[in-house]
Amino acid sequence: MNTLYDSVVTALYLIFHLDATLWSVVVRSVAVSATACLLAYVVGVALGAWLAVTRFAGRGVVLLLLNTLLALPSVVVGLLVYLLLSRTGPLGFLGWLFSFKAMVLAQIILVVPVVTALTRQVVEDVEVQHGEQWASLGAGPWVRGLLLAWDERYALLTIGVAAFGRAISEVGAVMIVGGNIDGFTRVMTTAIALETSKGDLPLALGLGLVLLSVVLLLNLLALGLRRWGQRQHGQVVVAAKGWVA
Amino acid sequence: MNSRAVVQLQDVGVKLGGVTVLGGIALSIAPGERVALVGSNGSGKSTLLRLLHGLLLPDTGHVHRNPDCRQAMLFQRPHLLRMSALNNVALGIWLDRSLGLTWRQALERAVHALQRVGLTAVAQQGGRQLSGGQQQRLALARAWARQPDVLLLDEPTASLDPHAKREVENLIAEFSQGHDRALTLVWASHNLGQVKRLASRVIYLEAGRVMADLPVDVFFDAAALSVRSPQAHAFVQGELS
Repeated sequence: MNTLYDSVVTALYLIFHLDATLWSVVVRSVAVSATACLLAYVVGVALGAWLAVTRFAGRGVVLLLLNTLLALPSVVVGLLVYLLLSRTGPLGFLGWLFSFKAMVLAQIILVVPVVTALTRQVVEDVEVQHGEQWASLGAGPWVRGLLLAWDERYALLTIGVAAFGRAISEVGAVMIVGGNIDGFTRVMTTAIALETSKGDLPLALGLGLVLLSVVLLLNLLALGLRRWGQRQHGQVVVAAKGWVA
Repeated sequence: MNSRAVVQLQDVGVKLGGVTVLGGIALSIAPGERVALVGSNGSGKSTLLRLLHGLLLPDTGHVHRNPDCRQAMLFQRPHLLRMSALNNVALGIWLDRSLGLTWRQALERAVHALQRVGLTAVAQQGGRQLSGGQQQRLALARAWARQPDVLLLDEPTASLDPHAKREVENLIAEFSQGHDRALTLVWASHNLGQVKRLASRVIYLEAGRVMADLPVDVFFDAAALSVRSPQAHAFVQGELS
């Protein structure tokens, strides 16, 4: 108990006294995950909205693969990106291995399926109920997908937060492709793993608390935005109705 | 094809999920007609409307739509986006690329359309914050602003309270009568009173087939209807009893 108590106290001291080591790792973590999520979000929302409104042969297989990728282990992504970026790999010429860019790339691959699959589900639910109205107004599949995605922006915000949570909390991929280099590619999760193995529990615990706080703050922000949006634009009042009565 | 017809169906059949929902439909709708589609739930009214509008393709037969006639459709529960009432109408107009309007022009037309349906005061309110009746009037404005020759309506007043029902019905009547061109109305309805007030022709559907296609005065003449279509007569008697 004493060890845990002492660790918590020391962790809080490090956090509130703006410990340089701790905060540099935090800033790098947030930068990597925010960059990855931003890029993955743009790709994932567009892809998810398109999948929601288009029908093509093999779509079922694509959706099955997409849903399978939701459970993609981060170490597998790390391994794949490592193979791609290693000197003998197809993207080895970029020289990205053990860099910020490599970590961003790995997290993008990890997060795109999450954003795509959840966006597809959200937009398709509305498309099934109301897509024909927008088709009737002249909106083709692409326009319809984007319009409905825009209309569901508050739900998509939650998806963005979930994606960020997935990115910032993963350890396997960034460990493999980033290398956990001090002051360069060390992020919160890899630092926690390292400091725990070294026995520096306060720093590990401090990083863990910050990690939780970052995700908590983002969730609070998303919740606030959703509530504001509902007040501004009203709740969904349209009940479900099939296309054909 | 009858060159005057706004839309013509020749022996049309539609299957959904392997089930025949419309079969052997042959009809022609002339400009200015006010055609009510009546029948019980699942009789194929909504499917027929979607077919006329091009949202569904027939499995058999042919649908001829007059390319010079612009269509607009109103649904039972209109879907409005999370944006102002004005922007909802403007977007509906702007999306119709055949009108070729810029966003600013679409906005101007939307202002006029909202004025036409008496919603100027709520133009800047969120579309979804409006009452059910206001939302339906907004959707009507969105449809009317596209200057359609044919207006298709799928039970437009079914989910409204009596007051809102009357407001929407009055607007539909005004649009059909006050238009500078002959506005053709085709609508599905369970409300026989409304059919009597608005329609010039009634099509009765049962199990996806047209069982009666009559002028409104004949349709509501019990003696004549019992001779022309016993099924439609039974339906009307059931509805009125």
